[in-house]
Amino acid sequence: MDVAIVGIGIHPFGRTPSRSGLQQGAYAARLALKDAGVAWSDMQFAFGGSASAGSADALVNELGLTGIPFINVANGCATGGSSLISAYNAIKSGEYDIGMVAGFDKHDRGAFNADPEALGIGRWYGELGLMMTTQFFAMKIQKYMHDYGISRETLAKVSEKAFINASMNPNAWRREPIGVEEIANSQMVSDPLTKFMFCSPSEGGVALVLCRADQARRYTDTPVYLKAATLKSRRYGSFEVFAPSQALQQVDGPTVDASRAAFEMAGVGPGDIDVMQLQDTEAGAEVMHMAENGFCEHGEQEFLIQSGATRIGGRMPVNTDGGCIANGEPIGASGLRQVYENVLQLRGHAGERQVPGNPRLAYTHVYGAPGISAVTLLQN
Amino acid sequence: MTKQKPIAEGLFTWPAAQPALLGSRCNDCGIVSFPAAQSCMACSGQDVTVEELPRRGTLWTWTVQRFMPKAPYHSDETEQTFQPYGVGYVELPGGVRVEGRLTENDPAKLRIGMAMDVVFEPYRHEANGDEVIGFFFRPAA
Repeated sequence: MDVAIVGIGIHPFGRTPSRSGLQQGAYAARLALKDAGVAWSDMQFAFGGSASAGSADALVNELGLTGIPFINVANGCATGGSSLISAYNAIKSGEYDIGMVAGFDKHDRGAFNADPEALGIGRWYGELGLMMTTQFFAMKIQKYMHDYGISRETLAKVSEKAFINASMNPNAWRREPIGVEEIANSQMVSDPLTKFMFCSPSEGGVALVLCRADQARRYTDTPVYLKAATLKSRRYGSFEVFAPSQALQQVDGPTVDASRAAFEMAGVGPGDIDVMQLQDTEAGAEVMHMAENGFCEHGEQEFLIQSGATRIGGRMPVNTDGGCIANGEPIGASGLRQVYENVLQLRGHAGERQVPGNPRLAYTHVYGAPGISAVTLLQN
Repeated sequence: MTKQKPIAEGLFTWPAAQPALLGSRCNDCGIVSFPAAQSCMACSGQDVTVEELPRRGTLWTWTVQRFMPKAPYHSDETEQTFQPYGVGYVELPGGVRVEGRLTENDPAKLRIGMAMDVVFEPYRHEANGDEVIGFFFRPAA
């Protein structure tokens, strides 16, 4: 049984003081139901996640108490992807015909402060100031730049593109274009990454209505099919966030593993993808994830980004909605935002930021602590 | 009199004439973990031996933390006295790559591949005045 996405809804990302995280989730859920032309009472199940804005299943208090199984999902930055995989499997198994996936969040300002003991690491690790995702990403791109000749200007260009794309996205948070010079010269956060190269914790909500593929046309003229949804955790030897030590022999990380599994599941290759949303916790992550997901060789990003290949209209458009850099990261909603964007692109409804040439295959990728990655592949 | 204590038990030998970081080596597959663990992350084996890690290694990658982290960060500093600090992974030959703070915070003086020594220095004070000892990596002389 194939699975289709027939309804999508989003609450604008950024800061919305007047609405709780839960209310932003309910807002997105109502839009997704309306988009599919269904009622909440038609939903047979739901999976949802929120890291800082309460239990996702409290959405039923806003949407109605219908008695459905609503399962809370908590999997860091891969929360949305994990919810989606759960829904995919629930429908694929034949157990359900239609259901919802929802994610929302509302984080405090400033960097995330993770608890080392919750991840099985000693308290000393946080006390010494090592429990920072920002440091991991900085050290990973520092090594990568050293090994593969990526320049600081290329990092700035990634952020420049994010803000340009976001300027065409009414739901994005940071919609003012910022120049390469200003990005490169903004406050240094963790060398070599500056303030405008990082995403920030933010707020937002996304919801999707999924159903059996053979019933999709009941709800929409533009169904989008979920051809693959994969989730992998780290293997011994991969270089990951929150690691007091790492192996001398390095192996591929969870991104590479999740990506390969997704391409295998869908029976297509990286060259077939028309538009891609890749985890851009910071500018370097987007650069590295291009290669880790199989879209280029290590080091080729320098030319690809400098020549505009990853812009809308380029030959491999990346993060067409502005990505995490311009939308911020509400953990529970972030991965689903990528899927929302790809559905818009595959429907041809992305407006000013529509990828030309009627894209057919779209790809999403998230990466998060403590070393997990989720990938989806959508086709219209 | 000021007493000294390690930031965590079992992280390094303390007190000791020549303190060293402590790792655990798996007796089944030979892989070393830091900090010492009761099982092996590589093969799930539970037959492990704690051993001292080499005191000198090479800098594998690095960054500089420019703002003061929120709790659980715990130093003697305030927002006013905070000084940026270097962080890096140091590859210890025959062992493992260990993440730690660097004594150097000037990017111009940090280079991938440079030799680094592990050092054990006072990090903060407890309310009763005791000194808490942490481990750091210092560019080799």
